[in-house]
Amino acid sequence: MEFELTYGLTYVILAGVFGGFMAWGIGANDVANAMATSVGSKAITIKQAIIIAAIFEFAGAVLAGGEVTSTIRKGIIDADSIAGNPELLIFGMLASLLAAGCWLLLASKKGWPVSTTHSIVGAVVGFAAVGIGTEAIKWSKVGDIVMSWIITPVIAGFLAFLIFQTVHHLILKQKNPLDMAKRYVPVYMFITAFVLTLVTIKKGLKHVGLELTDPQAYTYAALSGVVVSLIGAFFISRIKVDKKKEKDFHFYTVEKVFAVLMVITASGLAFAHGSNDVANAIGPVAAIVSTAQTGIVSAKAGVQTWILLLGGIGIVIGLATYGIRVIRTVGQKITHLTPSRGFAAELAASVTIVVASGTGMPISTTQTLVGAVLGVGMARGISAIDLKVVRNIFASWVITIPAGASLSIVFFFILKAIFG
Amino acid sequence: MGSFLSDMLGRSPVEPLQDHIKTAYQAATLLPDMFKAANLNDWVKVDEICEQIKQLENEADDMKNDIRANLPKSLFMPVPRQDLLELVLVQDKVANLSKQISSMVKVRKLQVPASLYEQFIEFVERCVDAAKKAKQSVNELDELYETGFRGAEVKVVEKLIAKLDKIETETDGMQHSLQAKVFSMENDLPPVEVMFLYKLIDMTGDVADQAERIGRRLELLLAK
Repeated sequence: MEFELTYGLTYVILAGVFGGFMAWGIGANDVANAMATSVGSKAITIKQAIIIAAIFEFAGAVLAGGEVTSTIRKGIIDADSIAGNPELLIFGMLASLLAAGCWLLLASKKGWPVSTTHSIVGAVVGFAAVGIGTEAIKWSKVGDIVMSWIITPVIAGFLAFLIFQTVHHLILKQKNPLDMAKRYVPVYMFITAFVLTLVTIKKGLKHVGLELTDPQAYTYAALSGVVVSLIGAFFISRIKVDKKKEKDFHFYTVEKVFAVLMVITASGLAFAHGSNDVANAIGPVAAIVSTAQTGIVSAKAGVQTWILLLGGIGIVIGLATYGIRVIRTVGQKITHLTPSRGFAAELAASVTIVVASGTGMPISTTQTLVGAVLGVGMARGISAIDLKVVRNIFASWVITIPAGASLSIVFFFILKAIFG
Repeated sequence: MGSFLSDMLGRSPVEPLQDHIKTAYQAATLLPDMFKAANLNDWVKVDEICEQIKQLENEADDMKNDIRANLPKSLFMPVPRQDLLELVLVQDKVANLSKQISSMVKVRKLQVPASLYEQFIEFVERCVDAAKKAKQSVNELDELYETGFRGAEVKVVEKLIAKLDKIETETDGMQHSLQAKVFSMENDLPPVEVMFLYKLIDMTGDVADQAERIGRRLELLLAK
């Protein structure tokens, strides 16, 4: 690697460490929370959850994480405003990573439901507004991002509501719910795989250098849908009716069928999560690396693959070292989110997230999933949702943004004093 | 370790409600044996059964309080919170009545006159049957939640409640016939005993009445 700046190598190493730390935090907390839904409903074991999450988070980050990464990297700050001072961008992005990382560490220690996305966006906006000047921020883009934070939970909730209504009408209220489940669950599998593949091909793959035409994209998406639903149907056909458990709860076997579906939607959610949240860690890293190497702030350069890999690997390590404990704890607590509900929430959330990733919107995956769970609740699918907790979750970004911003301003001036 | 998901999903009231009715029903099932022991003058056994019923009633009370404590106003549920709170209240009455009946029998060393005995035991057992049907209906709550209180499962519960109503009507008839018999014996029995016999018959009939009210409460959940 060649560097145009004096401390170029130092910056890149620091960026790698901070970004890796952030990715570790995302894997340890966010991903683990998302996977816990599947573990809690006994659809999969903890070990399987880790393996699924590792594969699909990684795939999501590398295949579909490009758009959001570029938004964080160059969508919020106007490159022209700091063209003469590339170092400022580097200090700012390092400060943002540190700020978001510290805030998340504190929040997860305290058990606050904060979002990585809110922390990093708050941090980037914070340092740019104070360290460079308010005119350096593309406010219209920031406005879009904030709007997306409000809209995505609503959309996910609405989708989850619709999905669960179809489950209710096609399967649960019927006289023979088991036969109906066996018939319709593969259709949901098809939809999951189809949508995720399609969005990934159309929006994500160009970052890894693959461009497909529309008919090709639809064909591949349909193909992946068929393959996934065939595999799913095979596992469903092997489910046996447990007479004893069935007597206690008549929908025991029906839920078993949904559990197979939930393995697929959990994979989808992990993929979607990887495609959106990894950017929070590696977006700043990408900005630092390209600036340190070229010595100029460019709005053009693409994200290097090794940086995407860094994010993916960081998440997987976070999952394996700390996330496994989160999954275990949370999984034990949410046993009553049964697979017929859990899948609806996961499917709705992952579709919403992947579409947001495709359009480059850094959204809160946490809040999107909460919106989806609420949607299932609105369809009378969940026995009790504590609205007080829900309010706190949605209110948390109001605190997270100023917190991330203030921290990053402090770190920015410290870094500037050290290297500047 | 905090988790937004586990925190936002409140504890489901279904299983606690089912455990509660199970305990209340268990208290009621001990009543026939207690009357049998009383009529055999086995007051040690009456004491024992009375103690068991008291314990079960205490347990049911604790469960009831626990259910209430876990149903804060901030919960969003497919059924109104008030309906669930009232359901647990009527369920609890089954345990309460069983305790009141047993302690009355114990304290007053109450015996049913031999000429009424068989008919009375039959009556008690039928009242317990009503409580059993109520328990079975509440046992369908998890299926009702699973299906969102609609569709084929609703029919299953409606059938159970119809059976419960039928048993309750039967117990009403038995109650009247017992009352008529006590009335015809009024002159031959000590007045205080007559008073308590009426009371005993009424309270036992109440067990079936409360069981029927459990059914009514469940029906309200279905209607919404």
